[in-house]
Amino acid sequence: MSGFPILSLMLLVPLAAALACLYLDAKSARVVALVATLVDLALGIVLWMNFDVGGAQWQFQERHELFSGFSYALGIDGIALLLIMLSVFLMPICIGASWNSIEKRVGEYMAAFLLVETLMIGVFVAQDIFLFYMFFEAGLIPMYLIIGIWGGADRIYASYKFFLYTLLGSVLMLVAMLWMVHTAGTTSVPELMNYDFDPKVQTWLWLAFFASFAVKMPMWPVHTWLPAAHVQAPTAGSVILAGVLLKMGGYGFIRFSLPMFPEASAQFAPLVWGLSMAAVVITSLIALVQDDMKKLIAYSSVAHMAIVTIGLFAFNPQGLEGSMLVMLSHGLVSGALFLCVGIIYDRLHTREIARYGGLAINMPRYALFFLLFTMASIGLPGTSGFVGEFLSLGGIYQASSWTALICTTGIILGAAYMLYLYRRVVFGDQKNADAAAMVDLDARELIMVGALGLAVLWMGVYPESFIAPMRADIAALDARLARAKPEGDAKLAMGKQKPAHEEAAAHEGAH
Amino acid sequence: MDWSQSLRLIAPEETLSIASLILLLVAAWGGDKAAKLISVLAVAALVAAGVLVAPALCGGAMGTETFAFYGQFKADAFASYAKVLIYISAAVSLVVAPKFFDRFNAMRAEYPVLVLLAAIGMGMMVSATNLITLYIGLEMNSLAAYVLAAFLRTDGRSAEAGLKYFVLGALASGILLYGMSLTYGFAGTTSFDGISASMAHGLSNGALFGLVFVFAGLAFKISAVPFHMWTPDVYEGAPTPVTTLFATAPKVAAMALTMRVAIEAFGDQAHAWQQIIVFAALASIVVGALGAIRQSNIKRLMAYSSINNVGFMLVGLAVATPQGISAMLFYLAIYVAMSVGGFAMILMLTDEHGNQVEDLSKMAGLSRTRPGLALGLAMIMFSLAGIPPMFGFWGKFLVFKAAVDGGMIALAALGFAASVIGAFYYLKVVKVMYFDEPADVVKGESDIWHKLILIGSCVVISPLGFFLTKWLGHLADTAAAALFTAL
Repeated sequence: MSGFPILSLMLLVPLAAALACLYLDAKSARVVALVATLVDLALGIVLWMNFDVGGAQWQFQERHELFSGFSYALGIDGIALLLIMLSVFLMPICIGASWNSIEKRVGEYMAAFLLVETLMIGVFVAQDIFLFYMFFEAGLIPMYLIIGIWGGADRIYASYKFFLYTLLGSVLMLVAMLWMVHTAGTTSVPELMNYDFDPKVQTWLWLAFFASFAVKMPMWPVHTWLPAAHVQAPTAGSVILAGVLLKMGGYGFIRFSLPMFPEASAQFAPLVWGLSMAAVVITSLIALVQDDMKKLIAYSSVAHMAIVTIGLFAFNPQGLEGSMLVMLSHGLVSGALFLCVGIIYDRLHTREIARYGGLAINMPRYALFFLLFTMASIGLPGTSGFVGEFLSLGGIYQASSWTALICTTGIILGAAYMLYLYRRVVFGDQKNADAAAMVDLDARELIMVGALGLAVLWMGVYPESFIAPMRADIAALDARLARAKPEGDAKLAMGKQKPAHEEAAAHEGAH
Repeated sequence: MDWSQSLRLIAPEETLSIASLILLLVAAWGGDKAAKLISVLAVAALVAAGVLVAPALCGGAMGTETFAFYGQFKADAFASYAKVLIYISAAVSLVVAPKFFDRFNAMRAEYPVLVLLAAIGMGMMVSATNLITLYIGLEMNSLAAYVLAAFLRTDGRSAEAGLKYFVLGALASGILLYGMSLTYGFAGTTSFDGISASMAHGLSNGALFGLVFVFAGLAFKISAVPFHMWTPDVYEGAPTPVTTLFATAPKVAAMALTMRVAIEAFGDQAHAWQQIIVFAALASIVVGALGAIRQSNIKRLMAYSSINNVGFMLVGLAVATPQGISAMLFYLAIYVAMSVGGFAMILMLTDEHGNQVEDLSKMAGLSRTRPGLALGLAMIMFSLAGIPPMFGFWGKFLVFKAAVDGGMIALAALGFAASVIGAFYYLKVVKVMYFDEPADVVKGESDIWHKLILIGSCVVISPLGFFLTKWLGHLADTAAAALFTAL
């Protein structure tokens, strides 16, 4: 497999299909998009098969000096591999989710989605810091169009908010990148990951990167673009937004902020913990009172992303592995939940929770899968949500027990809002005649939720498949962070019994 | 230094001068019927001049052998780089003109001749190494430009634009002349080398005043804030092919002239003008962006966008390093490509009767009625906003890279943050075209030349443009090096 530019091919397939879709009619555009995403999925599987677990840190590297100022350098490690797998797995589902529900301007829609796929994969494979930035930023254009053209009633406001919010965060990051390249004299990400910047400057660089990644993540209180964008985006747009685009923030932290600025990361860890604690409690409570299903899931995403950030800033392998697993699991689960919302939205054209009820009676198969994803979102053992959240919280407990305590309430609150949602939509009486008349899942929908359900169970039952490729990379990152690791507040120590004669002496003294 | 060498160095200017004089005679006898023929010949003359300029650019001509007429004029790689851009812009404004003017029966034979004369003036501006040459070049360009702005005699807006341009341009020339006379008074010479030598050991108050006035006059010409107010009115009123010219060639010429004056004449006193440039840069970025938000006319919007872009380019000058100048030159090339494409696009927006559609609201839903046009304009808008992977991003990237490398991190951070304001109004155009319900006004047939120019510029500003970075970057570096060898 060595020498074959598989990563370039994975970028090229959706790009070429995107250009083709612009010129095709609705029917053929759908087919082309589905075929292209399936080809990319197949390539992704080939990539995973050939990934040498425990081998070199960077694999499948490609490097061409095509441009001045930066180079076309690609390559992946285990972390990037898993996120690429997530992207290519979700893309065919996105195309499937929009098969019937998108009726206007289908060619352009499919082109925008395929472009998003190219850019997402590009973000994860770029090994040149400016190439990364370009992929990272360019994703704004198709997402802006997807939300703005095919979104709901308030789509214009949401699209502007999404674009300008994320752009403002990113430009500060670019200034920091320019400075780093000027100082370190290289644009290569692996080299920069091992370059030691002056700790005083790290503070500023870290903040600049934080401005971008915190918005992308999104962290409280800069999360407000997310509910707006999610609610207005079409179903597939929400799936990809929650499934993969949010992971770019986490990927940014794990690839840039932590290894490049270990001292600053340690310095700002309490800030991250504080924001994460606030996010878990506040957004969970907000989710509890939503009437709109998509908004509820959007707020739950913010809460889950906070579990990711505490894991990342726990400075130990459990936390890092846990946050990666939460990212992967959340990608699947929130994507699946948005899909579940989309399925009933396609039938009734409303996201209002009160308009549904008693779906278990007329849509039993739907109720089953919705239950599975609800449980995975809560973090029930046996589903993907459990493994990641447990590791993340276990990791942060070593660093800060208060953070662990408060963030764990997120699981209770998560159970509250998810079960409450499930009860209102699926259980109870069939109080709305039109909701009661809805038909159960068709074959297309069954395939999509079935695939997601299998992945969720696989990750819950045998997470080793997903931890193995990234174990060495997490260990390397942990070693890099070791020098700046903040001291934990637990101060665990083995209890040591005092020698008997000292004890006796102490007793005598007391007399 | 002999005359033959001097004459050889100004071969492009000679070609254009002779061509314009001959074409003027053709115009006198042939009348307006010959206008198209004259246009073709004028484009040929510009191409020939471009070919004559190319060796100096590719060969990286610099140093004393590029001086002509005893140091009055310099045909180095820097001037050549600017001239190539100027000739391309002038040629484009000739190519797009016939279709536009034909509707008013105003395709007059003088139009190509005036454009040629303006191009000669602009060529002299960028080659000037003496205040007198500078002024002659500037006025030669300006006089032609005033007439061009008012070229559509039947249109009141065009006459207004011509008058405004003339009055404010004359004011700017006055300010510039005043600054030049002060500089001459304190330096005792009009040559840039002499001025630089006399100011090598400090700046007297009088000379400082001269410097400030010179930069104020030049800021008028590049339409940098706070001397920008004529730009939207002139851009809106002037016939669109003329606006195409105004937005590109004179901007390149005035920008290159500003660079040359700043580096060659006042290079040792960079700290004296750096703060002026830093202010003008940030103010232009912010005012250009904020001013554009409320515009509903696409030409006015492009005017504010050009003010905004000038601000970004000035960031490169503020650094006062070869890297900064090189970044500016690269930005200028991208800017010309974007502007040319943008105005070709505006020319193509016509209703069923062939009238120009300039109102933003009438472009609503363009992506459904004319998908190709909408895609082109969307690419140009994202490129102007500097969103990667559009090539416009690279220009901003380079100037801010130069600023960071030059230690001006605060300027880079502020400039970049302000660029987000600009993104808002570029997005507005995309929103109108893609998100709104179709107004279905734009129905006119497009001219083949407009299409070709739009396609050409879209290819350059698309991600494919990044393949130019090595080649164009090398040329810009050479040109910037030529500017600094005189020091």
